[in-house]
Amino acid sequence: MNIMMLLEMAASGCPERVAFVDPEIDASISYQELFDAAGNMAAILRATDAVRFAMLDVSNIGIPIGLFASGWAGIPYVPLNYRLTDPEIENLLDRITPAYLVTEPERVAGFHDRKGVQVSSRTDFVALARETAESPDAWSMDPEDTAVLLFTSGTTGAPKAAVLRQKHLVSYILGSVEFMGADEEEAALVCVPPYHIAGIAAVLSSVYSGRRVVQLANFSAEKWVQLARDEKITTAFVVPTMLSRIVEELAGATNADMPHLQSLSYGGGKMPLSVIQRAMELFPGTDFTNAYGLTETSSTITVLGPDEHRLASASDEEDVQRRLVSVGVPLPGIELEIRDEEGAVQPAGSRGEIYVRGEQVSGEYEGRGSVVDSDGWFPTRDAGFVDGEGFLFIDGRADDVIVRGGENVSPGEIEDVLLEYPAVSDAAVVGMPSEEWGEAVVAAVVISDEATTEQLQEWVKEHMRSSRVPERIEFWDELPYNETGKLLRRVVKERLA
Amino acid sequence: MAALAAGKRLKSAVCATEIMIIAAPDGDVELECGGAPMTDGEGNTGGSVDANYGEGTALGKRYVNEDGGLELLCVKPGDGSLSSGGEALKVKDAKKLPKTD
Repeated sequence: MNIMMLLEMAASGCPERVAFVDPEIDASISYQELFDAAGNMAAILRATDAVRFAMLDVSNIGIPIGLFASGWAGIPYVPLNYRLTDPEIENLLDRITPAYLVTEPERVAGFHDRKGVQVSSRTDFVALARETAESPDAWSMDPEDTAVLLFTSGTTGAPKAAVLRQKHLVSYILGSVEFMGADEEEAALVCVPPYHIAGIAAVLSSVYSGRRVVQLANFSAEKWVQLARDEKITTAFVVPTMLSRIVEELAGATNADMPHLQSLSYGGGKMPLSVIQRAMELFPGTDFTNAYGLTETSSTITVLGPDEHRLASASDEEDVQRRLVSVGVPLPGIELEIRDEEGAVQPAGSRGEIYVRGEQVSGEYEGRGSVVDSDGWFPTRDAGFVDGEGFLFIDGRADDVIVRGGENVSPGEIEDVLLEYPAVSDAAVVGMPSEEWGEAVVAAVVISDEATTEQLQEWVKEHMRSSRVPERIEFWDELPYNETGKLLRRVVKERLA
Repeated sequence: MAALAAGKRLKSAVCATEIMIIAAPDGDVELECGGAPMTDGEGNTGGSVDANYGEGTALGKRYVNEDGGLELLCVKPGDGSLSSGGEALKVKDAKKLPKTD
């Protein structure tokens, strides 16, 4: 198994079709051209000493070339988050060298002298891949080869590198996408960042279904709406924060005026009921799908489909109505269980940790091994429950990670930074429900000297990315702890609500 | 024919067909295309397709045996059709799923 096989099939089924479009520079690449470019680049990669292919860039045509070329060359593809700070990127590079790195032209100079890194600008890389003519040997079909290493932000310190093997990604695509299922005129608008599992899944799904992908590098609701109309987009995926912004952008309109948009799927965080309801009004002819998944499960594992959306929205029954905020039912290849802290499987309606099993499920981290148990079950660390009809509802993280706008935020890291501020003696950071972000970062602190909300926000901003800055900070006399000294986040949340 | 592991790619000896194993029962499995045993070597060696197994294979279709224990994906189409120990394999109906990404 190899993701290259998916591209080979697409290139053989519809060689002339446009595969990817970058409207920013008015460039496009057909399926046959993408196949050839991947082969050329694979030959070039094999001639280097690189053991990883790293991509530090926004969406562009180089992304699919890099992903497939890595598969062909037999080295892991490692997309890096371009929003990380320079020291954070350096730390990740230390873990993946020797590497072939592709990045935006403005960043290249900074990596020229980097030990273990052979750097190429996006522009040079795409030109090299498209203009050389190599004939590389066949790709490996070993299902155990690592296809993608994806850094996730965990609860503790350093990011974990999730290992997705060829068998996981190929199983996901074969189990969820119909080969060449797209008509000639279908086009997908991809606006999720390429370092997110949804970005990788979007590339693979679109290729296998033969869709044209229009890439939106930096999301804004205005650009999204304009591209969706101009490019006659038929299908798109957004995170809840994006949908919320799109709905705002269309404020005042009675209809989104996007007759071509057949399907709009969303995932990556909790969708506010008011946003999905408003979106369904604005896009009356569009099929909505809620997709729930994790990096470690090669993307989507449960789906709330268009029919369920319409049924729930039209129903008078409370049990049916509330399914609009459920994440649906497992894909055919996925088994799902809710377990309590002792590992006992829970009946319908009972909250616990979500466990999943299936061929697309990896659950493995580089250097740490697999967290999948001997029977193949992966603990997602997400909490939730299943209703009487089998619909899954997500109810927070089993381990308190804040999911802000589709991005995992570790409360512990922010608490550590707050505690470094001289006047702060104790700090608790939690995620609170937010219409805009799904969850917002909120802090409760104990101070021993003068400090204002503004000063603490500025302090966090100096040390971390802006998404980590608490949007609200309360000053308490003490934080709630249990008898063993464990912070009671649940109580913190209740008091902040 | 030897044991078949998921992910293994095999070629027809008498036409252009190539397949990948998605699932296979434990133990030895016989697999033919166009009436001739499939190989993991050179592919088409110049033989001809048996008329009884000549309906052809279609790119991207999945093929299963009667009990569903053997499942293949056609990654290159050809003139021969697939069989296991003489039993013709059938096209597996694709489940319609909503687009998720």
